[in-house]
This record gives sequence, C-alpha cells and structure tokens, in this order.
Amino acid sequence: MSRSAAVFGVRVLLVASLVMLLELLCRTGIVNAMSILPPSEMVAAMMTVLASGDATEAMFRTFSTVGAAFALSVALGILMGALIHDLPRLRRAIDPVLASYYSVPTFVFYPLLVALLGLSMAPLVLLGVMSATPAMVVSTLAGLDSVAPVLRRVARVQRLGPVRTLLNVVLPAAAPALFGGVKLALSYALIGVIAGEFILSGSGLGYAISFAYQSFDNSAMYGLMLFVLLVAMTANGLLYVWEGRLARRRQPG
Amino acid sequence: MSAFSTPTARLQRTGLLDPLLLTATALLLWQAVGSWTDGVAVTGPAATFAYAGQLLLTSRFWESVGATAGAFAMAFSLSAVAGLLLGLVLGLRRFAGDVAEPLLAGFYTIPKVTLYPVVLLVFGLGIGAKVAFGVMHGLVPVTLFTVAAIKTLPPVLPRTARALRLSPAQTMRWVLVPACVPQIVAGLRLGFSLSLLGVLIGEMFSSQRGLGFLLVSGLAQNNVKLSTTIVLVIVVFAIASNTAILRLSRRFAPSA
Repeated sequence: MSRSAAVFGVRVLLVASLVMLLELLCRTGIVNAMSILPPSEMVAAMMTVLASGDATEAMFRTFSTVGAAFALSVALGILMGALIHDLPRLRRAIDPVLASYYSVPTFVFYPLLVALLGLSMAPLVLLGVMSATPAMVVSTLAGLDSVAPVLRRVARVQRLGPVRTLLNVVLPAAAPALFGGVKLALSYALIGVIAGEFILSGSGLGYAISFAYQSFDNSAMYGLMLFVLLVAMTANGLLYVWEGRLARRRQPG
Repeated sequence: MSAFSTPTARLQRTGLLDPLLLTATALLLWQAVGSWTDGVAVTGPAATFAYAGQLLLTSRFWESVGATAGAFAMAFSLSAVAGLLLGLVLGLRRFAGDVAEPLLAGFYTIPKVTLYPVVLLVFGLGIGAKVAFGVMHGLVPVTLFTVAAIKTLPPVLPRTARALRLSPAQTMRWVLVPACVPQIVAGLRLGFSLSLLGVLIGEMFSSQRGLGFLLVSGLAQNNVKLSTTIVLVIVVFAIASNTAILRLSRRFAPSA
C-alpha cells in the first residue's frame, strides 16, 4: 500500500470513528440527547426536512444569493486586481488595506447594510461580495505577478494583440493563483451569506436554522445544519479535486 | 531638488502620505453614504464622533467592552496555545500531519456559524459559548500555519544544529524558533482576527452583553448613532491591532 493511500485510509477511519464515538456517547446518555442528536438521527432528520419540502424555498434563496455573490466577487475581484496591478502607485497605497481587510469582521457592517438596503436579498449579496472580493483581488495580483516577464516578451515577439496576449499567455500562466482565489471566494461567499441570514434575516437556510434553534426544534435544526455543511464540503471538495486535475495537466511530460 | 521641499514630498518621504490619503478617502466615502441615506442607516463621521465622545463616558459602554474583551482574551489565548501545541505535534509527526491537515483545512472553509446553536446547547448562554465559538474560529489558522512553518523548514538547519552538537533545548532556542517565527506570527495574526470575529458573531446572535449585542440592539432600537459608533470602535480596534502585529512580524523577519 502506498503512503498516500495509507494516509487517506487513516483519515477515513479517523472520521468514521469520531462519528461512531459521538453516536455511542449519545446512545449511552453520556452526552445529553437534548443538546446533541446522535449522527444517525441527524441524517434521518436531514432526509425528513428535505423530503418535506419545507426547506426548498429557503434552499433556492440561499443558493441563488450565494451564486450571485460568488459570481460578482470573482468578476469584480479579477477586474480590480488587474486594474491595481497596472497602477503601481495605487497598489502601493492600497496594499495596507488588503493586508488588514480580513482583520475587520465584515459582519459588523451587516446591520448597517440591512438598514441601508432593507431586509431583501441585496444586503446579503453585498455582504457575500464584501467578504469574498478581496481574496479574489489578492489572488489576481499574485497570479499576475507570477507571470514570468519572458512570457510577455515572447507574446510581443509573436506580435500578439492585447486580447490574444491575455487569453493565450497571461491567463494560463496566472491560472493556478486565480483558481486559488476562486476557491476562497466560494467559501467566503457561502460563509458571508449564511452568517448574514443567521444573524439577521427573514429567509434562507441560515434563518431556518436559527428559527429552528429558537423554537427548540432540534431535529429540524440538526437536519438543516448537516445539509448546509455537506453542501459546503461537497462544493469545496469538487473545486479541490478539479484543481488537482488542472495541476497535473500542467506538469510537463 | 526643490520638489523635495513641498509638503507632499515631505509626507511621502516619511511614509505618511498614503495612510493619510486612505483615511481621507474612507472618511469621504463614509460621509457620502451618511448623507446619501440622510442618517437613517448610517450617521456621518462628524455626528458619529460627537456621539462616540458621549458614549465613551457611559458605564454601559465600558461594561460591554469589558464583556467582549474578556471573552476575546480567553478565546485568543486558548487558540494560540492549543494551536501552537497541536501544530508542533502535527508538524513533527509527518504521518499525523498528513492525515489531519485536509480535515482542518476543510473545517476552515465551512460556514461555522451554522454550528453556533450546537455550541449554545452544549455551553449554555453565557461567556462559555462565546469563548468556544471564538476558539473554533481561531484555533485552525494558528495550527495550520505552525504546521506549515515546521514543514517548510530547510532540512539544512536541523542538520547544522546537529553538526554543531547543539542540545535539543539549544536547537529549539537558536534554530527552530527563529526560523519558524515569521510564519507562526502570520498564523497568530489570522487567529487573532478570527477569534475576535467568532466572539462578535456569538454576541450578535445570542447574548445579553458585549459589543456585538450593543450593535444589534442599536439596530433593534433604531438607534443608528449607537450601531454606527460600535462599528467604528470595532473597525478601529481591528485595524490598529492588525497593524501592530504586522509591524511586529516585520521586525522578526525583515526580509518578509
């Protein structure tokens, strides 16, 4: 057995035994069943919630909000990154902002955004964009910095126009860093939107979880929670696998 | 050379021009949003500073600061100590590190806020839940950066230490710690911000004390001045401490 297979096996075993341990602790009553449901019941609760269709609207709303915030952040982030990259003076001024942006908890602006835009989708999309865009900007800058000068010179020697230089030379060379930014943007948009719904909103999955918590509906709460976490892990996992494929394709030979 | 005597050039030489320009831009933007909404959603800078002057004299404000600061101090120190120890173990034991790293990275990217009700059910309404939630946010980055610091250590360093016959304690003191410090400080900086975030989210969602609670209650009571001022206080604190830690890490690693 190769080492990576062993690592993977042990990882699966570890997660499985942690789940089993939790199940055991709940079943034997060491952990209070009122506070934590056994994992088997969480899965059953998730199936019930999904089958009942009560959460369909909330799901649709949350995922469309996350999708909008994610798409906007990636587009805005790449544009702003390219702009900042081309203006060194602006970049020098704005660098400290990028360095300390994530030290400010973006969520504290959410109440102000709600007061500004009302309890609609708009403040949530904006919150998602606010948490995801800077990561994309930073990754774009890193990606453009990583394009070797010789590549740009080759493009000039081949007399490529600006559009073809971008498509055939700059983008492929910057792709790994850009992809890292896309991954971050997805998880930050997801975190931003769901946290916003959770703290202060009248709709969406985050709200549904906090509503279930406040009405002591543990089974719905754990079901929805498991669903959100599974979706987040699946989305991140898919991007992770895709990134690995791209990286392998780039390797020569 | 005469250009150097203009005020702008003098500011630029002292490195103060950019921060001043940034602050001015931020204030202008804030004023624009404030006057655009006519103070209904956000109060402008002048009104906010005036209100902040009053608020800073009230005991209610300082009680909230105390509640948040207490929970945050505990959450951050727990994240830092546990994260460093865990990172040390996972960094030195390669196999355990390889097993755990993707799990930790995965936990880092999920919306942890959905888990807050569980934290509340387990720890009850109070400081325990806030601290636990702060640690959930702060622990993972400290651990991951520590692991990375140890893993990316050039192998020549421990070999040199062995060649010089340094004792384990001396190796630690003179080789390993100095080599790892820059990355570990970067991890601590992230852990600092994220445990603050965790504590504040906890207070905003369900708490009767602290700055996060004051912020949400300002909104609920339609007290725009209060919520704008609290946001200002949090933002200023976050940026100031982040800048201080950045400065500190540059002193440790002038090359980075």
